[in-house]
Amino acid sequence: MIQEETQKATYTIPVGPIHPALKEPIRLALSVDGEEIVDADVFVGQVHRGIEWLGMNRNNPVQSIYLAERICGICNICHPFSFVMAVEHAAGITPPPRADYIRAITAEMERIHSHLLWAGVAAHEIGFDTVFYLVWRVREEIMDLIEYVTGNRVTKAMFQIGGVRRDITEEQFPRIRQSLDYYKSIFDQLKRVFLDDKTIQMRTRNVGILKKEDALKLLTCGPSGRASGVPKDVRQDQPYAAYADLDIKAMTPDMVTGTVVGDVYDRIIVRLLEVKQAIEIIEQCLEKMPPGPLLAQPKTAVLLKTLTQAEGEGVGRAEAPRGEVIHYVRMEAGQSTLATWKVRAPTYVNLMAVPTILKGMQIADVPITFASLDPCMSCTNRMIITDRALRKKSIMSYAEMHHLSLQKTENLRR
Amino acid sequence: MELLSPGEIVDSFKTALRDGFIDAKIYQCEVAVQRNIFKTIWIYVKREAFRGAVEHLCNLQEYPNLAIISSCDLGDNIELIYHFTIYYGHHLEELSLGLRVNLPKSDLKIPTITDIIPGALFTERETQEMMGVEVVGIPDERRLFLPEDFPEGVYPWRKDEKGPPDDMLRVLPGREQK
Repeated sequence: MIQEETQKATYTIPVGPIHPALKEPIRLALSVDGEEIVDADVFVGQVHRGIEWLGMNRNNPVQSIYLAERICGICNICHPFSFVMAVEHAAGITPPPRADYIRAITAEMERIHSHLLWAGVAAHEIGFDTVFYLVWRVREEIMDLIEYVTGNRVTKAMFQIGGVRRDITEEQFPRIRQSLDYYKSIFDQLKRVFLDDKTIQMRTRNVGILKKEDALKLLTCGPSGRASGVPKDVRQDQPYAAYADLDIKAMTPDMVTGTVVGDVYDRIIVRLLEVKQAIEIIEQCLEKMPPGPLLAQPKTAVLLKTLTQAEGEGVGRAEAPRGEVIHYVRMEAGQSTLATWKVRAPTYVNLMAVPTILKGMQIADVPITFASLDPCMSCTNRMIITDRALRKKSIMSYAEMHHLSLQKTENLRR
Repeated sequence: MELLSPGEIVDSFKTALRDGFIDAKIYQCEVAVQRNIFKTIWIYVKREAFRGAVEHLCNLQEYPNLAIISSCDLGDNIELIYHFTIYYGHHLEELSLGLRVNLPKSDLKIPTITDIIPGALFTERETQEMMGVEVVGIPDERRLFLPEDFPEGVYPWRKDEKGPPDDMLRVLPGREQK
């Protein structure tokens, strides 16, 4: 009996709440047999701030836009985007077409910056810091453009129920086109660095595989799902705002390689393709942007009165850089706060795929595999090693794990 | 795969669920310059027919995508809405479908659907801890977001006496307790 238990004993390695791959709190419990991961469990909730509760008990809908914007530091366009769409559907407000285009342009800028940020983090996780510095330097251009268009690098405060707060004028177009041209000129270089580099291929190919069937069952969304061959993209399937006027196709890795493997490499391909797609979308939006007002109701006091009297419910769905964001809103007449507000960020469902993609991997692959989902904890814990046989706990720090990952790259290079 | 129109989908639910079907609504609005139609279907079902409704949804789309379960405290009842999307992967064809179930507060139980859709686990765990709805047969009944030391029997989304008591709420400086 004792003999049997010793043979089967696995170690449990808790990762977090300080994150192994990203700098946000989450805890993973990995059961390992030697270097191999047998099972994994996820513990979330370390940054649960009760934002939905505030929207239901304290704030009026216009104040809640600010809250929605602060759900996540990276996706602070798509959260207010789907929030205002949900409220608009509930209250029967139609935003003017020009606002639809400005919304789409800012959302695509956010996609470019988010994907580049991710690409840098991914390179850092496998110890390829030269690429990390390169990508983050390249990312500065889009950050400058975001500041130029919205006035802010991070929280952009562009959204209002029934439209947008700021215009993008004809005079600004040349500066925007200049940035887009810059990205087009370096796109091939980025593609070569990420897709042709031998080290990156060795560390990412056939690592963290998520099969199409698993992705469908676990509801994996966004680039992580598309990398597994699920052609699901809200901008294509149920287009909202200006996307409804454009012909958008969900990006899948077979467009480059001809096959879908569903590994980390495929997730890189999808994100790279989406950066290019985002550039094209912004260009088309600039071309087609109709003239007109920015807001359906410019007076906030009148808007608030309409919202207090409104009765109904609405669902706002937007394609964030990480996947589909859904806001559900229910409004009752005479109530200044929302009756129900439910937010679903893409990482919420993508985390369910973590056990599947980590199974069979080595500990050194954890950072890049986990980071490949581009998890974002704000929208939705270091490692402890438990020896089940000896009932002993020890702690593995992020630094140690990062070191293991670097070592693996070194060993492969030799 | 044959794609049904929203009206045909509602009819197919009516025939599949018979008595379990209560009502349905189709919401449409126009989007942007080309005025494409944005469609949402709401289907009200009885609790007894709920699992049958999810199974029927699997006939329409092999893997229906469950986005989230939202719950609303209506006083005597709690309403759960399962937000599905079907027909994804086709340009302009996707539909949002909200499956609504009303539960009386005296009997807050709903069967799990994790055997049909494994990815429903997180949102079922969240509904259980935040709203106090018992998900019968859930394979993993631990809490999801709430910390371990959060008191039992307090459900943050409730608007009745089971919601967070006043002494649990921190009042920000310069504000008054509501």
